[in-house]
Amino acid sequence: MSTSELVKTQKDASTVSPPRSKRPWLSERLQSFLLLLPSFIATGIFVYGFISFTIYISLSNWRTLVRDMSLRQPLLANYADLFAMPRWQADLRNTVVFTIFFMGISLGVGLGLAILLDRKLFAGTVLRNVFLFPYALSFVVCGVAWRWIFNPEAGVNILFNLLGINPLLAAVGVGPLQPGWATDPTILLKVNDALALIWPAAGKLQVQFGVPVAMIPVAIAASWQLSGFVMAMYIGGMATIPEEVREAARIDGATEWQVYRRVLIPMLAPVTISLAVLLLHTSLKIFDLVYTMTGTGPGFATDVPAIFVFEMMFKATRYNLASAGAIFMLIAVGVVIIPYLTSSLRKG
Amino acid sequence: MVARQNTIPRKPVASRIGHILLWLVLILAFLFYLMPIYVMVVNGFKEAANVSLSTMWSFPDNIQSGGFAEAARKLWPNMQNSLIMVIPATIISSFLGALNGYLLSKWKFPGADVLFTIMLFGFFIPYQAVLLPLVRFLQTIHLYGTIPGLILCHVVYGLPITTLMFRNYFAGVPTELIEAAGVDGAGMLTIFWKVMLPLSVPAFIVVGIFQFTNIWNDFLFGVTVVPNPASQPVTIALNNLSGSFSVDWNVVMAGAVIAALPTALVYIFLGRYFVRGLLAGSVKG
Amino acid sequence: MYRKQIVVSIFLLASLLLSACAGAATTTEPPAATSAGAEQAGGGKLEVFSWWTSGGEAAALDALFNTFKTYNPTAEIINATIAGGGGSNARAVLQTRLAGGDPPDTWQVHPGYELLGQYVASGYVDPITDLYKSEGWDKVMPAGLVEQMTKDGQIYGVLAGVHRGNGLWYNKKVLDEQGITIGETLSIDEFLGIANQLIAADITPLCVGDNGVWASAQLFENTLLGVIGPDKYKGLWDGSVSFDSAEVKQAMETYGNMLDYQNSDHSALSWDQAIQKLMEGTCVFSSMGDWAYGEFVKAQKKDNEDFGWVSHPGTAGSFMVVADGFVMAKNAPNKDNNTLWLKAIGSKEGQEAFNPLKGSIPARTDVDRAKFGPYHNWSMDSFAKDTLVPTVVHGSAAPADFQQALNDAVTTFIVDKNVDAFAAALVKAAQASGFAK
Repeated sequence: MSTSELVKTQKDASTVSPPRSKRPWLSERLQSFLLLLPSFIATGIFVYGFISFTIYISLSNWRTLVRDMSLRQPLLANYADLFAMPRWQADLRNTVVFTIFFMGISLGVGLGLAILLDRKLFAGTVLRNVFLFPYALSFVVCGVAWRWIFNPEAGVNILFNLLGINPLLAAVGVGPLQPGWATDPTILLKVNDALALIWPAAGKLQVQFGVPVAMIPVAIAASWQLSGFVMAMYIGGMATIPEEVREAARIDGATEWQVYRRVLIPMLAPVTISLAVLLLHTSLKIFDLVYTMTGTGPGFATDVPAIFVFEMMFKATRYNLASAGAIFMLIAVGVVIIPYLTSSLRKG
Repeated sequence: MVARQNTIPRKPVASRIGHILLWLVLILAFLFYLMPIYVMVVNGFKEAANVSLSTMWSFPDNIQSGGFAEAARKLWPNMQNSLIMVIPATIISSFLGALNGYLLSKWKFPGADVLFTIMLFGFFIPYQAVLLPLVRFLQTIHLYGTIPGLILCHVVYGLPITTLMFRNYFAGVPTELIEAAGVDGAGMLTIFWKVMLPLSVPAFIVVGIFQFTNIWNDFLFGVTVVPNPASQPVTIALNNLSGSFSVDWNVVMAGAVIAALPTALVYIFLGRYFVRGLLAGSVKG
Repeated sequence: MYRKQIVVSIFLLASLLLSACAGAATTTEPPAATSAGAEQAGGGKLEVFSWWTSGGEAAALDALFNTFKTYNPTAEIINATIAGGGGSNARAVLQTRLAGGDPPDTWQVHPGYELLGQYVASGYVDPITDLYKSEGWDKVMPAGLVEQMTKDGQIYGVLAGVHRGNGLWYNKKVLDEQGITIGETLSIDEFLGIANQLIAADITPLCVGDNGVWASAQLFENTLLGVIGPDKYKGLWDGSVSFDSAEVKQAMETYGNMLDYQNSDHSALSWDQAIQKLMEGTCVFSSMGDWAYGEFVKAQKKDNEDFGWVSHPGTAGSFMVVADGFVMAKNAPNKDNNTLWLKAIGSKEGQEAFNPLKGSIPARTDVDRAKFGPYHNWSMDSFAKDTLVPTVVHGSAAPADFQQALNDAVTTFIVDKNVDAFAAALVKAAQASGFAK
């Protein structure tokens, strides 16, 4: 939605203002500026002013209920403490893993559904609405249900039995499928030892870098909520592609599948980019869902920076450390968003 | 050229199998997407003693009010709070977004785009980075702990996105309309009032739904800005339904369903416009 | 054309009106107390802040309100409760209000560090030492308890009820079937022996629901107490005993052993779901404070028939105090009503009304025992003669940042069982918090 600004396929001529000679240009520009000023000032205060204050706190000594705004020496010690904490290291690992799974599943499923629904279908609209429905629900509301669904002794694991999957596996001689889901502290693809070859300190890290399998159910739940939105965006995007393009491809002898693969999907690249940016920034900030669904997980397998900041701020009252975490989250988001914004600024 | 939906000419056997597979996948997806809602509704209807993990998939023994009566009783004041907060916040932020979007698309001054991009960044920030100073600020202007304070937060932090959506929309409105009105002697704001607003109903619906949903579902601002449980929005009250030491799960599940109802209803009744708006490029594509 | 503009204008007006109404209707600012009209024992307001939002807790709070009403029948009580996380959400909100100069009149607090280190040190509460003398509380409340609320000779809070943290609950029926009986006390070796027996019979011995991790931290703290004893345990909090001493490490090993006996889905369950499993018989023991008792009552289980209890292995002779009390806010908007409130809490009637509903035992030792069931009488006996120790998991023994560090260290330990890293983390946290060298 917001981001389809980037999906402009034709030059946008309509942001050009009426010709200069006919209107009092200066006074109208000034009027426009003045009308916009309150919004700009509000943003200035609420966004940039507040962020500056938080940056200051992240450099200070404020770590109990008693306010202490003196600057900590050495200046970046809070950030050093932050990155030395095994919990924060685990959070960074988890964010990377979550982002990869979340974006992969959401984009894949969303695109897939959009393609499947891209035809006249009986009850097609109903299906589309059902897929989009989770987007309307709050993360808090759904976290509770997902927590039950992924409980290892109930939920989906019961379904595996009921639907005959486990008996089938037993017949083949394979053990039953009873994953621990979010309670499983296993880390796949442990890379600490490999890392230690190039970076000796990695061997002593308390946190094992790799893929925490507990993050997968969280990624599934998050994708469930957002893939409908991805689907809707792709449907919208496909609707703007003229029928002639498909006809042309078909005339050239392409099968339906090839039409999608070679023509439509590449043309949807701008939508994909916008969606990728949106999903990425959501995954960096994710809080409510993880908090209600799994908490921090066994051995911090599902902890994320937002939960860390929340707990440091409100449970441990370590305001300076929490602010450092928040500023890091901001920088991470900025690294993704600022290039996106500046490129869209230049384009349009 | 108007794009139509893809229509494939029918072909024999291969497409039949393909068709069946298609439907299989769609039905599975359909079930998967409804699964958590099923869990919430079914468990909400059970009696407190019958709700447990081991029976979570089964239908309730008898469909009575189960947890719904109590959840409704407990959550009703907070539903009111949510409504009192969400409706003004949505309307104000949408209207301001419309005005801003109009000015930024039709009455640009030098540097407008840069300033707007700077403002747009505010939509993407993690709100944890502003929580502490936000609270201090609200306390200073005596809006901390009040619903108007929460409305203020949502309006200000909603400005960037509503402005963007309207800016894109108005960009699709031809300039000739403005020129025509201008010839009749109308000023900037008059044109907005008389020409642009009536045209922007589809955009208002889309932006309105978007804001309504986001603000209704917000948790972080609600829990930080309003400490008094009597004034809290329903998402926080839902969290409060779980007591500090013991939980009535049927009430919680029922409460989850109730808390989700307004946004669900909006989607059910207005979703058609929302999607139509997306498809018609009301948010410019 | 005009119709649409009118509609829009109406919308805008309506929304502005709604905001204004909302503003008028929800003021949490206490009224500018000019007369403070509570000279007479009537009228005025009282804002009570707690995290007692459900079931027995809310009923118990109401009982206290009713007692208060006998002192001041016409006062308006503002029941400001915030649920979740064992009080952590509420504490967050409270801290923000205090920092902004908008305190409630009184709030729920745990004795020890939570009271003294956070609120007293920051100057947010007033002493109530006089009340102890005037109401005679200094004669009926144990000194060990009052000590946890005293700083520099001044007392800063009064306790409504006392929960016991070091309890071990068990499903008696399952144990009877296995031919196991639990005596008056249970040593750690005995417990491990029984646990092995249960494993052989294919039953999970230990029920843990550590979603939020504090239940497992509680298991650790109980085990720590059981292994090193109450004196050394108390020594941890004044720095005289170090977290990497041999005994503490031994306790960590024991805790690690116990974790081998827990249910595999512990991290997905909350503590009350673990108790539910205990009642269903899928696992047998649970180390939990006696707020668990309320769960048994709710499920209509019978004391000593369906379930039983004993001190956590090794902790017989110690009573881990998890108590709830209230304070007098500095600059409380309704000071006189607040005083009456505190009096109500400390009174015999108040404690006798509150505790049976809450499931805790009174802080006073002179109450009518007949009002309490078998478990509570057992607990009151223990309270009267055992050594009282503070709990770190519930905020009494150490500051909040140590608590968080402990929770984090426990989270990591549950998975990697690395005793040395665990000990080192706690030593570092103790130094950072300032109570150890």
